[in-house]
Amino acid sequence: MRLKQVSVFVENEPGRLEAILEVLEREKVSIRALSVSDTAEFGIVRMILDKPEEGLQALRQAEFTTRVDWMLSAQIPDVPGGLLNSVAKPMAKAGINIKYFYAYIGHAGEDKAMVVLKTNDIEKAEGILKSLSVDQ
Amino acid sequence: MIRDPENESMPRETLERLQFQRLKAKVGDVYERVPFYRRMFKEKGVTPDDIQSLADLTRLPFTSKLDFRDNYPFGLMAVPMEQVVRIHSSSGTTGKPIIAPYTRHDVDTWAEIMARTLTSAGTTENDVLQNAYGYGLFTGGLGFHHGAELLGATVIPTSTGNTKRQILMIQDLGTTVITCTPSYAITLHEAAREMGVDLRDTTLRLGIHGAEPWSEKMREDIEDRLGIIAINVYGLTEVIGPGVSVECPYKCGMHIWEDHFLAEVINPETGEQLPYGEEGELVITTLTKEAQPVIRFRTRDIISLNPEPCDCGRTMVRMSRLTGRSDDMLIVRGVNVFPSQIESVLLEVEGVEPHYLIVVDRQHAFKTDELEIWVEVSDEVFSDEMGKMENLEKRLRSEMDSVLGIAARIKLVEPRTIARTEGKAKRVVDRSEL
Repeated sequence: MRLKQVSVFVENEPGRLEAILEVLEREKVSIRALSVSDTAEFGIVRMILDKPEEGLQALRQAEFTTRVDWMLSAQIPDVPGGLLNSVAKPMAKAGINIKYFYAYIGHAGEDKAMVVLKTNDIEKAEGILKSLSVDQ
Repeated sequence: MIRDPENESMPRETLERLQFQRLKAKVGDVYERVPFYRRMFKEKGVTPDDIQSLADLTRLPFTSKLDFRDNYPFGLMAVPMEQVVRIHSSSGTTGKPIIAPYTRHDVDTWAEIMARTLTSAGTTENDVLQNAYGYGLFTGGLGFHHGAELLGATVIPTSTGNTKRQILMIQDLGTTVITCTPSYAITLHEAAREMGVDLRDTTLRLGIHGAEPWSEKMREDIEDRLGIIAINVYGLTEVIGPGVSVECPYKCGMHIWEDHFLAEVINPETGEQLPYGEEGELVITTLTKEAQPVIRFRTRDIISLNPEPCDCGRTMVRMSRLTGRSDDMLIVRGVNVFPSQIESVLLEVEGVEPHYLIVVDRQHAFKTDELEIWVEVSDEVFSDEMGKMENLEKRLRSEMDSVLGIAARIKLVEPRTIARTEGKAKRVVDRSEL
């Protein structure tokens, strides 16, 4: 399944993540998944929101630098090698580069885990996930 | 010591007569040889014949950095290229460099003026002078070099950089005079301390510093840390390079070599000439320059002039330390930096009207050579991928490097960080204001 990811640019300083979260709380937008990558000076906060459009509008109004990207979600077996065999191996075999990914609180069953990933070829990657029946 | 008492100490009436003769000749010269000046004079309705006294100077049009840009590269030159023996250059307003050609006579005059300058600062033929101004296109290196050689001092042409070797040379070769930017003097001190060397224990006794604005406080710091007398020197590429003016050991203003450079102070808003003592923009007319004379060149430097005779015996007018600039040009490590250059890089890399801030540190002498540029990250350039963001930063840094000619630190910031102001945005702030 394709999901909208909202990314926000933040300076690596105390209180900046807090400022983002306050905006989302005010709008009653909930975070389903969150990943932060950072340098000494700045960070990129990437989020899967339950109401991405509302969240995005609120963040823009609060003058944050934002962008939206399409991500793929996958539901994978929660066993050793699950991520390897359901995602990493098939993508590598198809020559698809996974730019980054992180775990996601989806509606996974007891024995399942969810991840969202960004690749250099969303069409092809989506096809692979579908063929492996891990697309979710 | 006065190298050329006949000229440096001549009565002001005699000086003014000499200035008038030279001005009249030079004005006729540029009118005849430089189409740009002929056009400018015509626009103002003035011909060389209208110059009947020194006071008539005010009838002549001003020139500025923009004229150098518009007439790049040789449109202001008054001699054929065969007569040019050297070309120097410094950064201009919008990417185009300032071109400074010299005839054989100009090079000789400059060396003589620099020998005078060095003598005024306290250098003698017995000195070992380490010249840590940059050699090359920059006028600082060769300007000091030829002056010091003509004076008969022993010159060590270290140029800038390789600070450890500079300190080694000072120690081993018995350097007595160091010529460099004031911020580099501080750098030398810090590097020496790290090496366990106290520069106060060396033979170093005199520093001649310029090419960037500095304060009395910084002079005290340099004198104290290096154990030297620190002398202020002034010059501009458009006029000749270093050697337009310099302090004498009394340190009460920089003597302008008025037999070569006619100085006036104007109100930068109205262009009206101001009397001695009042603060305004320094305007210089070259009286002897051949290859590229300038008429009423607006330096943008805010100073005042004091014509009272100096205790040193010179009669040449003294200009005060620079108190500011009439535009927002910055001088970082001796290099001119214009906000417009930074803007053009951002526009090119980001593709949109950029919001940015230039952060300088005027309070701390040691950091005067630091240039930091805060760039707001717009939605257009923002990426969710770290690699792309790091690339953006890298591209900005390398473009700034090549356009500005010096390294700048780039800091990517959120939109909230740079305050929006009404009308013209404030582009340069001091760190203490943040």
